[in-house]
Amino acid sequence: MGVLAVVGLLTFGLISKGGNSVDIGQPFPGRTLDSLDGNASESIADYHGRWVLVNLWASWCTPCRDEAPALEQFDRAHAKDNFTVLGVDSKDLTDDATNFVSEFGLTYPQLHDGSGALSDDLGTKGYPESFLVNPRGNLALIRRGAITADYLQTTVAPMLEGKAAQ
Amino acid sequence: MRRAALLAMAALAMAAPAAASSPAPKTTLPDVEDEVMCPTCGTLLQLAESPQAQDERDFIRREIAQGKTKEQIKDDLVANFGNSVLALPPASGFDLTAYLVPALALLAAAIGIVVGVRRWRRADDAADDDESPLEPGETERLDADLARYDL
Repeated sequence: MGVLAVVGLLTFGLISKGGNSVDIGQPFPGRTLDSLDGNASESIADYHGRWVLVNLWASWCTPCRDEAPALEQFDRAHAKDNFTVLGVDSKDLTDDATNFVSEFGLTYPQLHDGSGALSDDLGTKGYPESFLVNPRGNLALIRRGAITADYLQTTVAPMLEGKAAQ
Repeated sequence: MRRAALLAMAALAMAAPAAASSPAPKTTLPDVEDEVMCPTCGTLLQLAESPQAQDERDFIRREIAQGKTKEQIKDDLVANFGNSVLALPPASGFDLTAYLVPALALLAAAIGIVVGVRRWRRADDAADDDESPLEPGETERLDADLARYDL
């Protein structure tokens, strides 16, 4: 009986550690996270009806520093398109993340995923990674690695403006 | 004798307030870093050398400087990284199985050994009981055979 329990637990551990992944067209995971300032909790469902670029980042991640200004600029430029960037600070100290947000003057909403649970849901291999979610809550784009101003203009913007297939 | 006792009592009375006001032992980085994980490295913080591990150590040092206890520091790390930052899971909820299953497995193994030994002894005793004595004719034949070799 004890052996069975141990084998069961090991199996559960292997399954739960197995690589998750998401594909274009699938619903974005509905995990609820605390906001970075700790004053609220949100999930992607709270953004239903809007385009959301979910950006997974961390203050210790160098490419995240490189992409932050482009994300901020794009968020401001496309607020009129029913769009927002949603930052998700992952596996990071809250104080370091708050300093990062101040340093780059980021104004878009920020959530905190200290344990990396959402990253696990998304099969994230590293940081940063970005996921464009359409107004129905389904994944429209997946970007593994740093995002650039050029990528935002040529790939993301046409989707927001309805000029690209979703 | 009486004077010595009075002196001892006076010494104790003077020492007691000093002991009561002495601060609790200060938490140290090694106290904490062998009980928490580096979340990005997936190893014990004590063994991790990445920049993220250094950030975590700096965080712990700052908390120590603020006079926080080990438990308070661990609570703050959990607030930042979730329960997975703890090297040992909390003894509550589903995580309790991490402590219960090995203990139950040991208990089951001990019970299994005791039951097995008892059964083995019982079987041995039964085998001893089954040893039938020699038939009367065989006894006489044995005696005769032994007599032939008697020197």
